[in-house]
Amino acid sequence: MNQEVKELIDPLNFRNSINIDGVEKSMLIDMLRKMILIRKAEEKLSEHVESGKIKCPCHLGIGQEAIGVAVALVMRKTDRAFGAHRSHAHFLALNENTYSLFAEVLGKYDGCSHGMGGSMHIVDNENGFKGSVPIVGATIPIATGAGLAAKMDKTGDIAISYFGDGSCEEGVLHESLNMASIMNLPVLYVCENNLFASHLHIDLRQPSNSTSRFAKAHQISNATVDGNDVVGMYKLLISEILEIRNNKPFYMEAYTYRWKGHVGHRDDIDVGVKRGDQLTAWKERDPIKRLFVAMKDNGIYTEQEYESLLSEIDQKINNDWNRAEMAAFPQEEFLLNPVYSN
Amino acid sequence: MKKTTNYAAGILEAYEYLLSNHKEFFIIGQGLWSPWYVGATMTDLDKKFGTERVIDCPISELATTGATVGAAVCGYRPMIVHPRVDFMLLAVDQIVTQAAKWRHMFGGNSSAPATFRAIINRGGEQGAQHSQSLHSWFAHIPGLKVVMPYTAKDARDLMISSVLSDDPVMFIDDRWLYEKEEEYTEIEIIDLNDVKPQKLRNGNDVTIVGLSYTSLLCEKACQSIEISHKITCDFFDIRVLNPLKIDDILESVKKTGRLLVVDGDWESCGMASEIITSVLEKIDVKILNNSPKRITLPNAPAPTSKVLEQQYYIKESEIMDALIQITK
Repeated sequence: MNQEVKELIDPLNFRNSINIDGVEKSMLIDMLRKMILIRKAEEKLSEHVESGKIKCPCHLGIGQEAIGVAVALVMRKTDRAFGAHRSHAHFLALNENTYSLFAEVLGKYDGCSHGMGGSMHIVDNENGFKGSVPIVGATIPIATGAGLAAKMDKTGDIAISYFGDGSCEEGVLHESLNMASIMNLPVLYVCENNLFASHLHIDLRQPSNSTSRFAKAHQISNATVDGNDVVGMYKLLISEILEIRNNKPFYMEAYTYRWKGHVGHRDDIDVGVKRGDQLTAWKERDPIKRLFVAMKDNGIYTEQEYESLLSEIDQKINNDWNRAEMAAFPQEEFLLNPVYSN
Repeated sequence: MKKTTNYAAGILEAYEYLLSNHKEFFIIGQGLWSPWYVGATMTDLDKKFGTERVIDCPISELATTGATVGAAVCGYRPMIVHPRVDFMLLAVDQIVTQAAKWRHMFGGNSSAPATFRAIINRGGEQGAQHSQSLHSWFAHIPGLKVVMPYTAKDARDLMISSVLSDDPVMFIDDRWLYEKEEEYTEIEIIDLNDVKPQKLRNGNDVTIVGLSYTSLLCEKACQSIEISHKITCDFFDIRVLNPLKIDDILESVKKTGRLLVVDGDWESCGMASEIITSVLEKIDVKILNNSPKRITLPNAPAPTSKVLEQQYYIKESEIMDALIQITK
């Protein structure tokens, strides 16, 4: 599957329902539930960045939910994914553990990193999420090394490296792709190309808006896809996953758009270049709406079922948030205890 | 005649031990399939243990160091070899901002027990960019242990300890020590957490502290000054720079009232300052017979010309002069 970049970056395209042929109903419902959960969890975070209850920097990925969900649904628990600053979706797609995320963002001991990491340092080893960090590009070589470890394990596990189009301006992407290619490492590189690095549009940062050119330069198989089509990406990954597990790296560039600013709760329509006029148009390419409409049109999910799913998720999110607010902070000795193993 | 060994052979023996006994251990680095970059410390490891565990790699310090961190996060005990400190600096993000913080920022739920081996390779008119050590930089970082062996036994045993440590470790060896001969001893498996500065000479007049190559200079200076001036020294070799364990040195300074630290790196914000400060703030300064003193490199990049090199690097005679001065 390869779609034309010039069509992908035009928000007037790809607004209609998606093709869900050949995917089981239970899988479609999984996809829908995960995406709604991520959307609503991030809306809750947005609300409390604004209310002031959340102090740590929160990089929200509202609008980009489909990518992490598609990847999560082809992963094994023993695969190892690494994220970046905007990784709530990658984490929740694997575990749906909104309590763990909320507690972490509030700096509470019950959080996935015991409150030591906040939004930018989240981890869930049991479910294959091995860590996210906000230094741009920093987990690309780490995921590459996780791929080396997986290859040595000889169990067919793979590593997943999530990064954005901004990371492609870091030299380490080139170094890592070169290494994965020459060493035949089982790594799935996922570039979430949302066209922006902080405030600056990709057209003002790179001579081409297609980052797949870096994969091509390193002779890594690659695909350019609609990042707001969860089923399309899922089908692509299902068709590639065996090859990846057989020690062949793959690069998926998924075009998408973030509805919020680089950090925090605001839309930032007045921040940066080329944003204000496109945000409204991009919201029409909503990955959740497109999946639901397809399911409805195909007669496998009703409006009523959808409403009840929404309210069930709302309830979970509100419960988890309230519990997280009540949870305890780390004890004072925790400042020094985790520095070293002893 | 007793069996002897040297520093380089000690390192090679550590590798052979680790590759034979720990399947989770592997090595990656530039030049490992033709290891002339690393003296005699890695000879034929690729042939004996295979190129899947002794991995030569592209000229990508940052990615290969990051990959080492990633493999460590995933259960391996990998080591990256940087044949020169200077080139390793391209990978500082992975060492300082990723590995060293990995355990803490994830609340103890993950860790990155990688070993970063860096080799100091200086002198011989190699100039400013082939001569750095910078161990004090790395010793500044919480979460990163810094090991600098002086003896052949330590080069071997502390390399094993570093790899088996549950924390990321910067292991720095110095090519000027590679030929250092000593009596052979059997491998001793030591928990890195138990390693503290070792006292290699006993005396009453001065407490003198060295690390890595400067420990060799200190030891020689101590021998000479005892003969020529009857000055006797408590001599400590630091071994682990971070976390620094100062207690034994403290007790010694209480006895001698004099402290001289010799560090083969620059003065400002350096290890010598750290050692002196750590002692001073824990004693009553009135017990001192003289001000503490440090000998470090001049405040300049390493020169190329051999005449200036001669002036630049620390010499045994400088240490002897300082010992005479401090005991006056």
